[in-house]
Amino acid sequence: MRTLLFIIQKEFLQIFRNKGMLPIIFVVPIVQLLILVNAATFEMKNINVSVVDLDLSTSSRKLISKYEGSPFYRVVQTTFSFEEARDLMQKGKVDVIIRIPSGFERHLVKENQGKVQFVIDAINQSVAGLSSAYCSSILIDFNRELMQDWLSPGQMAGLKNIQTDYSYWYNPKLNYKTYMVPGILVLLVTIIGLLLSGMNIVREKEIGTIEQINVTPIRKIQFIAGKLTPFWIIALFELAFGLAVGKLLFDIPLLGNLWLIFLSGGVYLFVILSLGLLISTITSTQQQAMLVSFFFMVVFILMSGLFTSIESMPGWAQQIDRLNPLMYFIKIMRMVLLKGSTFADISPHFYSLVVYAIVMVSLAVGRYRKVA
Amino acid sequence: MSAIQVEHISKNFAHAKALDDISFNVSKGELFGFIGPDGAGKTTLFRILTTLLLPDTGKALVNGLDVVKDYRKIRQDIGYMPGKFSLYSDLSVEENLNFYATVFGTTVSENYDLIRDIYAQIEPFKKRKAGKLSGGMKQKLALSCALIHKPSVLILDEPTTGVDAVSRLEFWDMLKRLKNSGITILVATPYMDEAGLCDQVALIQDGKLMTISSPSEVIKTYPWKLYSVKSDDIFRMLNDLRMFPGIHSVFAFGQAAHISFKNEGIEENAIHRYLENKGHTGILVSPAVANIEDCFMELMIK
Repeated sequence: MRTLLFIIQKEFLQIFRNKGMLPIIFVVPIVQLLILVNAATFEMKNINVSVVDLDLSTSSRKLISKYEGSPFYRVVQTTFSFEEARDLMQKGKVDVIIRIPSGFERHLVKENQGKVQFVIDAINQSVAGLSSAYCSSILIDFNRELMQDWLSPGQMAGLKNIQTDYSYWYNPKLNYKTYMVPGILVLLVTIIGLLLSGMNIVREKEIGTIEQINVTPIRKIQFIAGKLTPFWIIALFELAFGLAVGKLLFDIPLLGNLWLIFLSGGVYLFVILSLGLLISTITSTQQQAMLVSFFFMVVFILMSGLFTSIESMPGWAQQIDRLNPLMYFIKIMRMVLLKGSTFADISPHFYSLVVYAIVMVSLAVGRYRKVA
Repeated sequence: MSAIQVEHISKNFAHAKALDDISFNVSKGELFGFIGPDGAGKTTLFRILTTLLLPDTGKALVNGLDVVKDYRKIRQDIGYMPGKFSLYSDLSVEENLNFYATVFGTTVSENYDLIRDIYAQIEPFKKRKAGKLSGGMKQKLALSCALIHKPSVLILDEPTTGVDAVSRLEFWDMLKRLKNSGITILVATPYMDEAGLCDQVALIQDGKLMTISSPSEVIKTYPWKLYSVKSDDIFRMLNDLRMFPGIHSVFAFGQAAHISFKNEGIEENAIHRYLENKGHTGILVSPAVANIEDCFMELMIK
């Protein structure tokens, strides 16, 4: 026990003596939270629109003014030539072209129907989907106003109408940041746990100090625990620090029991640190360890539900994702922080992590050898 | 009981035979030297003895303990100094020493007597990071760390490689003193001049043991007549001597060349004349007594 404490003490000494380490611990979380949370937004703003109005009638102007008035759209071009608008889209300066054919108003009045064309840049399919949805909703609005203008109140009353009201639970203002912060914090803990821990052990191999350690009577388990405990503590500290920053800067809700977060975080870190240890046993330089860790990180992060919803992934991908520890912890974080979930609510995810941790720890410790 | 007992050890790596049927004994309190060129298998052998590597076949005992079965007990008993500096360069001298004392379950003060002579020389720099020490000081620190738990067997892998001549001598003095305090020392070195300082020397080449005996016995076995030859242009002289009819070996030896003949009948005058004819000046030929280097060179050409 004394040996273990001494190894931990030595690790901390080395970690804090490393000049790059303190900035990593304190600056990275703040920068990540500030940049990622503010920048990685799915909210649609500033859709660039080109208007090709060949009708130039009252109705067409009224329709266009609805787009101009919307906070989502920015009319960057008004032209009579569809080719010009298309050129601009080709250059990526226009996202949507609204083409109103000549005779739009005439048809509307005479035949009770008018036609409008939307051309949408679908390079980014999720943006395209949202744009088209916004465009249609504005058109529906326009339609309703037309009816109000043209129909008498008596006729209006005859029209059946279903009104939809929304109430957004757990995130009433649909604040994107509230949703992102817990996920970003998981990312942070993962980076500390996976990259730093794995590289720390490989570093001993690379510079040869492990040779001297291996001839000492230090037990394998003492060495591993001594190596990983500091990163376990640092990562949990990062979690606390990140939560504080999130609360202060973004006012994210902290509804649930924070101990639940740290309990899950502690278990989650066992999984991640073991993975780091496992990577360090199969690699012999820091560069290799870095590359392998990166591979896992990218796959885990993209499939974690941080940016895209897991429910919309194909079935096989969802099955694979059951092996993604990030997915569980992000779910737990969001549930506890935003919903105030209790242990009973998160227990399926929590126990998954526990099982995962047991498997990973035994795998990594078994794989690690003091004798070559 | 021998301090180290090695019986028919072999070890193969994927592409090379590192050790080929090695057997030897080291008595308690002996200073045993392994001499051999780079890649001879010295480090592999030491890594087996320090329980870092498993032999393919054969058996090795340290203090009567098997290196495979009782590796844990052996690690308590041995001090190992790898060829490459492997202490923590980001920890200070003092922190390194404390760390190794603690992991062996002892304290620096408890065994300070043993390392006093060595550590005293680097103690003024005890706050300095180990990575910032000079080569000689690093080596002293590494030796201190290997000794701090009072091992009965000390295994040093090329401790003097890359160290200046004065520090090398100093280092061997330290080894003598440690030997006198009863520690068995196994040391590997590529420098043949250090062989004479050991009680027993083993010559190892290409994973095979060529010979094991005391330095004085090794010298007695030298079979040829040996001359020391000097001239003003040593390099050209070496090449010319290699063309000498009936020559057996030519080696540069400091400022002179040591040459040997299988044929007993060749006289100094004959060599002198030969070199004169080749246009050499300042020629000096004298009979020489074989030293340990000549013997090893001889063994290595066999």
